[in-house]
Amino acid sequence: MQKLGVFVCHCGTNIAATVDVKAVAEALGREPSVVVSTDYPYMCSESGQNLIKDAIREHSLDGVVICSCSPRMHENTFRKAAAQAGLNPYMVEIANIREQCSWIHKDREEATEKAIVLGRAAIAKVLLNTPLTAGESPVTKRALVIGGGIAGIQTALDIAEAGFPVDIVEKEPTIGGKMAQLDKTFPTLDCAACILTPKMVDCAQNENIRILSFSEVEEVTGFVGNFTAKIRRKARYVDETKCTGCGLCTEKCPVKKVPNEFNLGMDNRRAVYIPFAQAVPKVARIDPDWCNMLKNGKCGLCSKVCTVGAIDYKQTDTVLEEHYGAIVAATGYEPIKVDRYGEYAYAQSKDVITSLEFERLTNAAGPTSGTLLRPSDGRHPHTIVFIQCVGSRCTPEMGKTYCSKICCMYTAKHAMLTREKYPDTDVYVFYIDVRTPGKNFDEFYRRAAEEYGVHYIKGAVGKVMPRADGTLDVQASDLIMNEQLHINADLVVLAAAIEPSKTARRLATMLTASMDTNDFFTEAHPKLRPVESPTAGIFLSGVCQGPKDIPETVSQASACAAKVIGLLSKNKLTGNPCVAHSDEWMCNGCSNCASVCPYGAITYLDKDFRMPDRSTKTRRVASVNPAVCQGCGACTVACPSGAMDLYGFSNSQIMAEVDAICK
Amino acid sequence: MNNDWKDRIVRMSGAAVQKCMRCGKCSATCPNYGEMEYHPHQFVYMVERGDTERLMASPSIFECLTCFACVERCPRGVEPAKVIEAVRLEVIRQKGANHLKPDDLPAAADEDLPGQALVTALRKFAK
Repeated sequence: MQKLGVFVCHCGTNIAATVDVKAVAEALGREPSVVVSTDYPYMCSESGQNLIKDAIREHSLDGVVICSCSPRMHENTFRKAAAQAGLNPYMVEIANIREQCSWIHKDREEATEKAIVLGRAAIAKVLLNTPLTAGESPVTKRALVIGGGIAGIQTALDIAEAGFPVDIVEKEPTIGGKMAQLDKTFPTLDCAACILTPKMVDCAQNENIRILSFSEVEEVTGFVGNFTAKIRRKARYVDETKCTGCGLCTEKCPVKKVPNEFNLGMDNRRAVYIPFAQAVPKVARIDPDWCNMLKNGKCGLCSKVCTVGAIDYKQTDTVLEEHYGAIVAATGYEPIKVDRYGEYAYAQSKDVITSLEFERLTNAAGPTSGTLLRPSDGRHPHTIVFIQCVGSRCTPEMGKTYCSKICCMYTAKHAMLTREKYPDTDVYVFYIDVRTPGKNFDEFYRRAAEEYGVHYIKGAVGKVMPRADGTLDVQASDLIMNEQLHINADLVVLAAAIEPSKTARRLATMLTASMDTNDFFTEAHPKLRPVESPTAGIFLSGVCQGPKDIPETVSQASACAAKVIGLLSKNKLTGNPCVAHSDEWMCNGCSNCASVCPYGAITYLDKDFRMPDRSTKTRRVASVNPAVCQGCGACTVACPSGAMDLYGFSNSQIMAEVDAICK
Repeated sequence: MNNDWKDRIVRMSGAAVQKCMRCGKCSATCPNYGEMEYHPHQFVYMVERGDTERLMASPSIFECLTCFACVERCPRGVEPAKVIEAVRLEVIRQKGANHLKPDDLPAAADEDLPGQALVTALRKFAK
């Protein structure tokens, strides 16, 4: 006969105001096997825990039921207390009489009755509990950072600084990401390149960091502490180990009309190119879509001028396999395509541009060497209209439902810088709300309006119509004046919404990391675990988790690194013993469990079995890797033969709970 | 504040005035803005506030061309033109100006008249 203890928590008035806790303790005390049943105002407090510990020792309890808040809250607290008193921590069950009872009910009598029933279910379950011991697995002390923008760079630098090796995988030929394309950064207006490129160089020089540029992660297997990644190193047709980045090939290449993606197609590059002057690694790449030699075997000029013999037209993709303990997603964002909003005439006029294009037009390394010129005729624009929230804050049919967060501030920056450089320019900003929470952010926006004379107009732009004289007729509403305006603009700048990189969804599938409906990675807890994915060993850095500006990205990137360092500094990881296991004699090898497992924890083995007639038969049976299994139970439901079961949540335990509730 | 009236307009139009985020896109895009005393964004706000009398008395509601540019462009799916249509309908009903009954339809049907016009007429004028 097992001996159980029941402990009913008041949670101050959280539970006690709606549930008669004394009556619950009394009723549960009459259940068979229960030898002690009591209540206490705060069971999670030190004295509450001591009450439990003393009872375990005094009555030599075999199991404990705690009627309190959600197990998410304090299951660990009570398990630890039980372990300190010598009871296996998995012999503790929680009956959630707060979130699932007192908080959602008003009638005291009914709530009390329900609390008793929930307690009975927990008692029925704990009677079938078995002591469990968590297993251990080793940790590979190396991190993988996917994405080499400012988020990935900061995370990698911090991890490397703590002494752990890090690989940065970047799909473009250089690290730097979006920040490398920016001109100045708000609210202090430091030049983006001046603060970013030293960090890029730090990455290149740090002996713990390996930059795998122009590479993509193709496959990830394994589990926390023990991941294996296959990384495709795409052919760049230039030997990275030989190229010195002198740029001679890029000057001699005869193919001159390749749209330059770094300048968003606003000027041209050669078929062999280095994305920008401060690229890291500073290694050329040949674009096979444009190179004459690669397309039809005629040219070879670059290989003739290369003094170190780095050009290799025969280079092919290679696949690198590497082991990691932790993986960081830092895949960043892209601005959305704005041509779907026909009213802004983006597809019709060259002088309607996005904010990122505006950045390039004002950047000294951009297509106009930093002089603000209209893309259509190369003249100075004298009236500029900035339009906010293009594709942000919409219904899902119209665009993105969220606020892109960075647009208010960079538009204030653009407007301010334009007025400073070209005081004869009229600058209008059409806004719905100006959102500037952040240190020195609102002051920055007010400066644009007050000191720089930027015209902020509360209202929206209805349509932009290109006129015969090359200007743009902007029809808009001014909600404060209650007027419809027409502005004759030379340049219209659209603050396009940002969305997660298109590569993120594929990566999330590979990592079995969850995403929200907008394809942003989901955090383990929105407030308390913001830089971890719910999938153990996967961490989140930067905009891949949600829109954020550079200061916030860098803070989050460092927080993410701290979590990674915490993991990598452990020698062994304690697993969760509540994992699935299969009864090999019952398993019929159907693979249902493997196909529903979201973590890839189930594999199939051909195993020899000694049959009742003494013959040996090879059968295909499921095998669960306990280190990968997260104990979600999907397989136990999918298994048609009842072979799959979960330690700590066995089918018989769950049925016993249901029976206790229905009694 | 006339909540009954507001609920009736919302029900009739099927439009969601509470979704309006006051961006002014409807009024920015309206081709007949200049002819109106109250503008599309005001229509929506007045219905949301239950500001019955002023809106129903205004000739503005008959200045709406029902071109649906505001419905097309509204980022929040508010559908201002449908709200205005419902207010118009309410005014017509209150005047008792129901010109058509279902029984009158066959007689009114003309070979050249588009079927949609008949349905619209029924919707607008019948009870």
